[in-house]
Amino acid sequence: MSTSGTRVLPLGRIGESVLRADGRPKVRGEFAYASDLGADRMLWGATLRSPHPSARIRGIDITRALTLSGVHAVLTHADVPGRTTYGMEISDQPVLAIDRVRYEGEPVAIVAADHPETARRAIERIVVDYLPEDPLTDPERAIMPGAPRLHPGGNLLRRVTIRHGDPGATAEVVVRGEYAVGMQDQAFLGPEAALAVPAEDGGIDLHVATQWLHVDQGQVAACLGLPPSLTRLHLSGVGGAFGGREDLSMQVHVAMLALHTGRPVKMVYSREESFFGHVHRHPARMEYEHGADRDGRLVYVRARVVLDGGAYASSSTAVVANAATFACGPYDVPNAEVEAIVTYTNNPPCGAMRGFGAVQVAFGHESQMDRLAAELALDPIEIRLRNALATGMRLPTGQLVDGPAPVRELLEGLRDMPLPPDVVPVDPREFPGGVSNSTHGEGTRRGVGVAVGFKNIAFAEGFDDYSTARVRISRDDGGPLVEIHTAAAEVGQGLETVLAQIARTELSLERVRVLPADTQVGSAGSTSASRQTWMTGGAVQLACARLRERLHEAIDGPIEETAVYRHRPTQALDPDTGQGDSLVALAFAAHRAVCDVDVELGIVRAVEIATTQDVGRVMNPLALEGQIHGGIAQGLGLALMEEIQMEEGRVRNASFTDYLMPTVLDMPQVRMRISETPHPHAPYGLNGVGEMPTIASTPAIVAAVRDASGRPLTRVPLRPSDIAGV
Amino acid sequence: MKLILTVNGEIHEVESIWEGESLMHVLRERLALPGAKNACEQGECGSCSVMLDEVLVCSCLVLARQAQERSVVTVEGLAPPDDVGVVQQAFIETGAVQCGFCTPGFIMATEDLLRRSPAPDDAEIREALAGNLCRCTGYEKILDAVRLASARLGAMG
Repeated sequence: MSTSGTRVLPLGRIGESVLRADGRPKVRGEFAYASDLGADRMLWGATLRSPHPSARIRGIDITRALTLSGVHAVLTHADVPGRTTYGMEISDQPVLAIDRVRYEGEPVAIVAADHPETARRAIERIVVDYLPEDPLTDPERAIMPGAPRLHPGGNLLRRVTIRHGDPGATAEVVVRGEYAVGMQDQAFLGPEAALAVPAEDGGIDLHVATQWLHVDQGQVAACLGLPPSLTRLHLSGVGGAFGGREDLSMQVHVAMLALHTGRPVKMVYSREESFFGHVHRHPARMEYEHGADRDGRLVYVRARVVLDGGAYASSSTAVVANAATFACGPYDVPNAEVEAIVTYTNNPPCGAMRGFGAVQVAFGHESQMDRLAAELALDPIEIRLRNALATGMRLPTGQLVDGPAPVRELLEGLRDMPLPPDVVPVDPREFPGGVSNSTHGEGTRRGVGVAVGFKNIAFAEGFDDYSTARVRISRDDGGPLVEIHTAAAEVGQGLETVLAQIARTELSLERVRVLPADTQVGSAGSTSASRQTWMTGGAVQLACARLRERLHEAIDGPIEETAVYRHRPTQALDPDTGQGDSLVALAFAAHRAVCDVDVELGIVRAVEIATTQDVGRVMNPLALEGQIHGGIAQGLGLALMEEIQMEEGRVRNASFTDYLMPTVLDMPQVRMRISETPHPHAPYGLNGVGEMPTIASTPAIVAAVRDASGRPLTRVPLRPSDIAGV
Repeated sequence: MKLILTVNGEIHEVESIWEGESLMHVLRERLALPGAKNACEQGECGSCSVMLDEVLVCSCLVLARQAQERSVVTVEGLAPPDDVGVVQQAFIETGAVQCGFCTPGFIMATEDLLRRSPAPDDAEIREALAGNLCRCTGYEKILDAVRLASARLGAMG
């Protein structure tokens, strides 16, 4: 079974299906993920978490844990050397709970021991005197009079109001709807893990799976009371992210234990713990009213969106701005009134997940467009075509759409794609329910649904968003060698491959090595918001362009350039009207779902997903297709099965047994048509691609199930009882 | 307790393991073979799959002591150092690897499938891989990888 000599070389320029350099170690099991790391004299860390969603802490007794043989440290909030709280935008989250806990699973104490089992047993011997309180679990009740205040500033994290056009606009045709989105989990397969190694200079080397090394570094340094220069972060192998690694998890904890014991300490979350260890996608409640004329042209949209932020702020204030900005969908809306709020509750903290606020409202606005189509007896694609956003129009925030907005083209492309044949399956596994043999076709109906969605690329609202790349050309026995050093997190999406492609393209040199990402080079910003190919790709392109001018010097010795790439500046939204040029760029994708539905049992089998997406410029076809497939799978998950189920502030399904996500049996064939409308503001005319597949795929699938079942289906994930109407 | 087992053709003696340790833990933490991945540790995701006496198992669900004097093959043992097997190569070439955390498990499940059924149709592939979770790829490229590996192995006879 050996293939020596037939290896495809992982070389190539942009536009080619270049194979990833880390493919080989990954298929051999040798790629070092965070949980695979080890060091001499290493100890194991573990975390004691609150069993209560809301409680006062009257005391913590660690005596019995400390006396357990093999235990080297038991630390609480009193041992935090620096700032006692952290947070990406608001520093409201205690490193370790101080006098109260605000969600189930909140870290209270940490332990280092010689074996993971010893650490777990030590955790069990810590006695915390809790005074449980009734949890505040309803995000709307959180801002009503009489609700307990979870934070000193009150429970309203942010309200975004957008007023556009005539607030009193009226229309001949009006449709209203209320919709809800459940709490989705990123469920990356590689659990949170880190290895902290104390250094002789009093600092720390922290090897961690994260999305944004420098924002981690700033928070970790502050909490450790160390200067950033002594808080060195190194990106370990990352087993998927999808937004769930943008916030800190154990970074400060594991570093505290290492500094305290003077020994390397590794922490690895179990899957159950991982459900408590990172933020989730915000659950949403949405009320919509759409007004249109008899031809189906939108006159106004009124929307109210309530997001449950959970116990701590995370990136909620940015997510809610996105929800408001995209609430009306990729349409020409002359009059809009949108209010979106996010509040604190005693539910798990919610934050970034692929699609970041656009996912929730896409379910709302696309469901509404289908209602409007039904009211006017129009085809769902036709109603969307009549209202399609295009370049030169304005968003409800007043921002001019000055980049590509090929909504019409994407919808027409979708309409032109043939439908899969509607034949009764011969193989019983192809019926809804599959091998469970729940139907042989009786009660089974086919439905088709479409949806279109959009989202911004990179950070918004005036954030100083940039990326740094250091590129060096040297020469060894093999000839010229290009080395790229950035702090950008490869999380599986293929960033390192595309950076190497860019360097080869710019320098016409074949040998390119991407060095491990760390904080020894300037920030690359976050691997999120579909931004890294644009931003860090832009920085690499810039550095290479400067090096190209100096190539003649490379004869005498190594040459190096460090470049910082910034996208065009953006503005804050006006706090009263929500007006402002807050976005860098937009990207779009449309989806059509074909589903077979057992309308009696409420079981869905997705038959095919077709998608059209404009990507500006295809940088790596193979990697692009993988992003689209994977994004659609997460959209299907939200439509049909994925939800963290809460009961009185407690998570009921923190395991892969109970948190269901698509397997290979659930994913249908994906048919895609990629278009390339160059984005005028981006390197190479590229556009972000990672999030768009996850946005409209969910409403398209729900529309297909509505089409088959005739049920209104206003909540995702769909439950069999909703589909069967029982 | 002391554990004696064969891993990837090599006999290992592991001293003083705790009785509750899983085979996965011993492979990863005591034998420096991290290819069996720790994604769920309850047998739901297949990421820790290995062959135990030629039976595909989730190593997280096998107590290390159950592997006493038995033979284990992990993803590290599928090809000599600095080489990859046909299935592994197919995963690289088709884009079936993204973050890669699920990859060793899928490769072990594919090896198992193709040994039993060298030319599986899509329904058979899907059923064989239904015990493995992937969060990045949407499975399409993984199906491509299995088809490619099957075709290449068939051509090699």
